[in-house]
This record gives sequence, structure tokens and C-alpha cells, in this order.
Amino acid sequence: MTNRDLVVVGGGPAGMAAAVTAAENGVKDILLIERDQYLGGLLNQCVHTGFGIEYFKEVLTGPEYADRFIKKVKSIPDIKVSLRSFVVRLEGDKTLTYLKPGGLHTVRPKALIMATGCREKTREMIHIPGMRPSGVFPAGLAQKLINIEGLLPGENVVIIGSGDIGLIMARRLTLEGASVKAIIEIQPQTRGLVRNIVQCVEDFDIPVYFNHKVLKIHGKDRVEKVSVARVDGQMKEMDGTRFDIECDTVLVSVGLIPENELIEMAGVAIDKKTNSPVSEEVNATSIPGIFVCGNSFKVYDLVDSVTRDSELAGRAAAEYIRNAR
Amino acid sequence: MKIYDVAIIGGGVIGTSIARELSRYRLRIGLFEKEEELAFGVSKSNSGIIHPGTQNPDGLIKSRLCVQGNRLTKALAGELSIDLKEVGELVVAFNEEEGSRLIEIKKLGEALKVPGLKIVDKAWLKVHEPNLSDKAIAALYAPTAAIISPYRWVYDFSENAARNGAEIFTGTKVESILPTPPGFEVGTSKGVFRARYVINASGLYADEVSKLVGVNSFSIRPRKGEEFLLDKKEEHLTNHLLFPLPSKNSKGILVTRTSDGNPMIGPTAVDADDKEDLSTTQEGLEKVLEGARRLIPSINENDIIAYFAGLRPVAGDDFIIRHEAEVPGFINVAGIQSPGLTAAPAIALMVCGILKDHGLRLRKKLFFHKHRKKEIHLFAIPLEKTKSLIKKDPGYSDIVCRCEMVSAKEVREAIARGARTMDGIKFRTRAQAGRCHGGFCTTRIMKILSEETGMPLVKVTKRGKNSEIVKKDRSSDE
Repeated sequence: MTNRDLVVVGGGPAGMAAAVTAAENGVKDILLIERDQYLGGLLNQCVHTGFGIEYFKEVLTGPEYADRFIKKVKSIPDIKVSLRSFVVRLEGDKTLTYLKPGGLHTVRPKALIMATGCREKTREMIHIPGMRPSGVFPAGLAQKLINIEGLLPGENVVIIGSGDIGLIMARRLTLEGASVKAIIEIQPQTRGLVRNIVQCVEDFDIPVYFNHKVLKIHGKDRVEKVSVARVDGQMKEMDGTRFDIECDTVLVSVGLIPENELIEMAGVAIDKKTNSPVSEEVNATSIPGIFVCGNSFKVYDLVDSVTRDSELAGRAAAEYIRNAR
Repeated sequence: MKIYDVAIIGGGVIGTSIARELSRYRLRIGLFEKEEELAFGVSKSNSGIIHPGTQNPDGLIKSRLCVQGNRLTKALAGELSIDLKEVGELVVAFNEEEGSRLIEIKKLGEALKVPGLKIVDKAWLKVHEPNLSDKAIAALYAPTAAIISPYRWVYDFSENAARNGAEIFTGTKVESILPTPPGFEVGTSKGVFRARYVINASGLYADEVSKLVGVNSFSIRPRKGEEFLLDKKEEHLTNHLLFPLPSKNSKGILVTRTSDGNPMIGPTAVDADDKEDLSTTQEGLEKVLEGARRLIPSINENDIIAYFAGLRPVAGDDFIIRHEAEVPGFINVAGIQSPGLTAAPAIALMVCGILKDHGLRLRKKLFFHKHRKKEIHLFAIPLEKTKSLIKKDPGYSDIVCRCEMVSAKEVREAIARGARTMDGIKFRTRAQAGRCHGGFCTTRIMKILSEETGMPLVKVTKRGKNSEIVKKDRSSDE
């Protein structure tokens, strides 16, 4: 077991901003743990532009935005980065156990910042009935397949939900030569940013069905079609409005949930509804010295806001360590 | 042409348990499964309950086989190194009338020699099953009920059978069976085989396979059951498997849990026509939630992380296990619905008896590999043990599935043991089975499968032909 002043879990935009700010505020001994083989988190698969407008006053792609922070992290000798490191246990006294190729390590920091991001809500969470064939993807997984792996998940696509990832994927798939048949949104308006509706959907003539829901996914081996209907104010199917759309792929983009299973394991109080930590102050948790920032604290629309939120966490952790002396 | 003493049609729990039992003897055994992998039919959507043998009507074959199977399964679980948890079950009564039915069920169970049955009262329930509804007044406690992973059970049987010489053919559909006394010519999608005896254990399709030899005496009517799995965080929702009182068609909506710790609610029981309709429905969900909340009122819909539907192969009230006199050498093992998983080892013994009665000599092998080496699941072992494993093989420290903590090494092992599809890997390792449903690990698993088998990424499937994950690979385009 080693001791550290600060451990930051998660090397995406939140974790990097928190680590950098903590260092700038005088923390000397920081370990940044990232599960992937590179820093940057989900920004790496967001090859579209629109990042950094608020924070850098520039329009950047996801990887460009990430790169600015990766450079900062690398320029600060007090921040040690541990890649391919997977946290398997967190205890209430902040003792953290992680696996890294070749070994199992334990570290106990004075303060801990959790920047573990969020995961997508799945088809299962919103109970879309029907068959369970191949070809139903969380939108973010489809994004990763296309942008990181060079694999095209499908050719005729229906997108459920008009969250930002879904909208961005509508454009991305169209540019890759797939046909996006429809976006189905149960609410009367989009959940995404207006600019994404304009640039990703309207500019490409992709039909959006508001007040509609997918009743059933069809197909034994691969998706064959979806049944859709208009819904009333109670989200119930309206008679006579049912129709089918043939497709081989369904993307699900119905929202994100903070990933907080590790702090829950440590005994931090979690709001069952939002999966966010219950806390009096921004970034704090029910266990003193454990901070949460970025999308694992609360799902933000913009990475710029994630950065700002995480800087606050970095500062708060620095102050906590100072006072603990 | 390959010649077998016994050809088994169907690679579910029934076919593989028969193969394993027969592999003790000096016989050439061939098992044919039409799906890409074993356990991809009825067995994959089984609840995984090893029933004590209480809720079955008196006088049926299945009632006796269930009690015997419960005992045999526990002995076999040790030999084949599968995790079996003897959690016990409670059949819960909510009023006086149901209370008196408990006494009848207990008597019937005792007549079948189900061990350890006792009626427990409200005070006992409060202590031992604190989340149970206040409206419960008593329950029948059956301590011998257990849980097991149904698909891993199939893989364990088949691996051990193969170790002892049985030949297993997946992706091999039986298309014709020609009686050529003494024996048969079995035509499959992968060529023709000869066999002296044919065992039909083909689940939902047992009636169609039986028709291939002209035996039309039964038909299989699917009965759909929808099941819903809750997050592992709710593992301690119940201590026992909870049953309401049984109805004519089913054991009712239960609150159980899988052997991996996820609470499970369901199943429904709806007669269906389509043998391929595994769709779940909104009505099914509502029905299951209503039934499950009768037992455990605190069940939260938001904790549901997965759902699926299965089809029970129903051929009347009882199992059909018999030699067909008009086609000597042909044995039907059909209509094996609940409690088929429990009864499987007892069915295997019964089938051996039938084969012997009809002229097959069962001579024991000089050496039979009774034991199967246990596979490693990091989620099931303490971290200290993980640490020492990593020293031996660093593959254990390379985590692929973070929701369920599955390492690259475990995925590679699963492939070495026969997994060829994403579902096959999921069933064996639990990778992709957690709360993110493969959102984060799908690409990594696809790559490992491709590396280990040489199949291109576009050929990687969810569960066999036509279920490819991606349509095109552009990573190597110039």
C-alpha cells in the first residue's frame, strides 16, 4: 500500500481538469488513474466540433479539446498518470485497489476526486418491448464503433431519443453512407442542443417524430423493423397511429446516468433517482475528502461546464488536504 | 461416414446431460445442435432454479424425476465444479385458504420424499425474509431449493462429455432421420452420420424431429415466460426463492435470483404459437411487477437492468420420455418444461435405462474423467486470490468488462472452451451482462474473439448466422 496526497479516478476532461487545478493550488503528490490506454475519455470518440467555445473561446473537436489538457497534465511533474488501471474496490477510508496489467495495487490518498463520467441509459432501462436481435446499440457505442474502430454498425437506422449523442450520430451515420430513417422522440421537443437539431438533423433532412414512441423492436437475428405510434399526454399509444419503419439498426439515445458505483461501494450516499451523490455542496459527498466532479457528479450538456465544475473540485480537494495537515 | 452408437439431437441441458451420462460407457456418442452454440435454445432462458420437488402434481413422471434430480444435481455440481447455492425456497400463503393449501402441498411433497419441509409462520418470516409483504401469513419452507447458472450447467456437461470422448457438433441441423435397421442414417446440414440409437432432445422442435421418423403422437406448444433481472446491487433483496401458490399452468410469478446474484422476477406463462417469438411485452412487464410486488412490495422498476423471454416446450402436463416401439432405437425426450433443469440428471439416468432395456450394452470405460476443472471468475473470488492469479497470468489484470469485472484472460478462456459468439461469451463470463449492456466492452470483446479465432470483425455475431454486430469494416480500406 502506498500513500498519496490526492488520487483522481478518471482521465477524461473532468479528471484532467481536477488534477491540473489541484496541482496549481499546491497539491504535490497526485495520482491520476485512467482505465483506458490513453487520457481523454469519451472526448476521443467525439470527432465533431463544438467543444471549447465557452472555455477556450475557440471551436475545437473533442480530441483537440482533450489534447490541450493532456499537454497540461504531462507538463506537471507532480501528476503521475497510471493508464490501463481499473479500480476494483473503494473503501470508506478512501483506500483504493486497482488492477493494472501485471499487478494489483493499493493506494490510500488524503483526498480522492472521482471523475468517473457517465454511462448511457440502455434499451433495457426504458423497457422497449420486443425481440432482442443484434443491431440495437447505445448511441455512444455506435459512435465508438465508427469513429475509433472504423466499423459501420448499420445501414438503415432508426434512432430512439433525441439526445445530443443521437443527433450527432444521425449526422455521422449519414456522412458514412448509412440511411437514417427517423428519430423517434417521446417528448414534444428535443432534449438536445438547438444547434445539434439544426446542424445534424435539419441540414440532412432527417425526419424527427416528436410525441412518438417505439412500441416494439422486430427481428429474430438482426433488427428488421420497429413499430412506432403517436402518444398522448400520458405517453400512451393513440389509437390508429401505429406504423412500422423498416431498418437494420436501432440506436438508443435516451439519456445518461452518472457512474457512481465505486463511491456507493465505499458507503457514499447516492440519490437513487439521479445516481448522483447526495451532497450539501457542489462536488462534495457524504464522506469528507471524497469529491465527485464532471458528469459523475451531474450530467452536463457541455464539456466546458465539466471542466469548470472539475476545477472547483480540484480546488476543494487542495483546500481539504491543506486543512488536514 | 461417421458411425455412432448413440446420436443425440439437441444441445440443451437435456441433450448434454444425457451425453455426459453416456460418456461413462464405451460408446461412440455424437451430439448435434442446430444453433451456433450449445444452450442457445430453451436452456438459455431458464430461471436456474433447482426445485426441491414440491409443486408438481402427484403421479407424474416429472414429479419423481424432480426430487431425484435435485439430489443428483447437487452431487454432480461438485464433480463438474459449478457454483450451486442451496438457498431454499418459500411458498407463500396470503390467507387462510392458501394456508391450508400449503399443508396439502407439504403432504404431497413428503409422499415424494422431499426432505426438510416445514411450515413457517409470520414471526419466522419477519426474521428470515424481512422484505416480504406484511400480508403474508405463512409459508412452506423447502430448504433443498438451489440456484445454478443454466447455461454454464450445459457447458459443464458438454465439456465433461467431450473430455470423455463424446463428439459435439454445433451449427449442425438435423434434417432427416432414415431408419435403416438396425440403426439410422441421420442427415444434417453438415453431412450424413450413422447411429444405432437416436435420442430426440430437441426442445421446442421435438415434435418436428419426431415426425422425421413418422412418430406424430405429440405436439409441442410453446408457453412464453418473460423474466426481468434487477441490478446486482439489490442482491440482498431476498434470502430465499419466493413463490406464490402454484396455478394449473405455472408456478406463478416468483422473486428469485440468479446464481450470479441478480434478483430476478417472473416468469409469465402465456401459451404461444410461434416457436421463435422471444419478444417481451409491456403487458408482461406489468404483470410481472404486479406479481412480484405482491411478494416484495419494495421492488423498484428502475432497478431492472435486463429482460428476456423464453419458451417452455409444453407437450401436455407431463414429460414424454419413451422408446418408440414402432421405430426401434428411437427415443423421445420431449415436453421437458419445468422442472426440466432440475430433472436433467435423473432424465439422463432414465434414458440410459431405456437404452439398456432396448439392447444397448453399457460397459463402463476403464477410466472416466468424472471431474471438470473449475473455471475462474474474478467476480466470484476474493481480491487476494486475484492478486496471486495475476502473478501467474497477467491477463487476469486486464479488465474488459468493468460492470461485472471480467478480464481478458477469462474471455480468452471462454473462447478456448468453445464460445464463438458474443452471447456465448456473455453466458460463460458475464461480460456484457451488467448494467451498461456492453456499451463499453463490446468492441474489445469483438477484437479478442477475432484475434483468437481468426474471424474478421464483420463476421462476429451476437448469436450466430445473420446476427452480425457490424455491417462493414472500413478500418483497413485504403
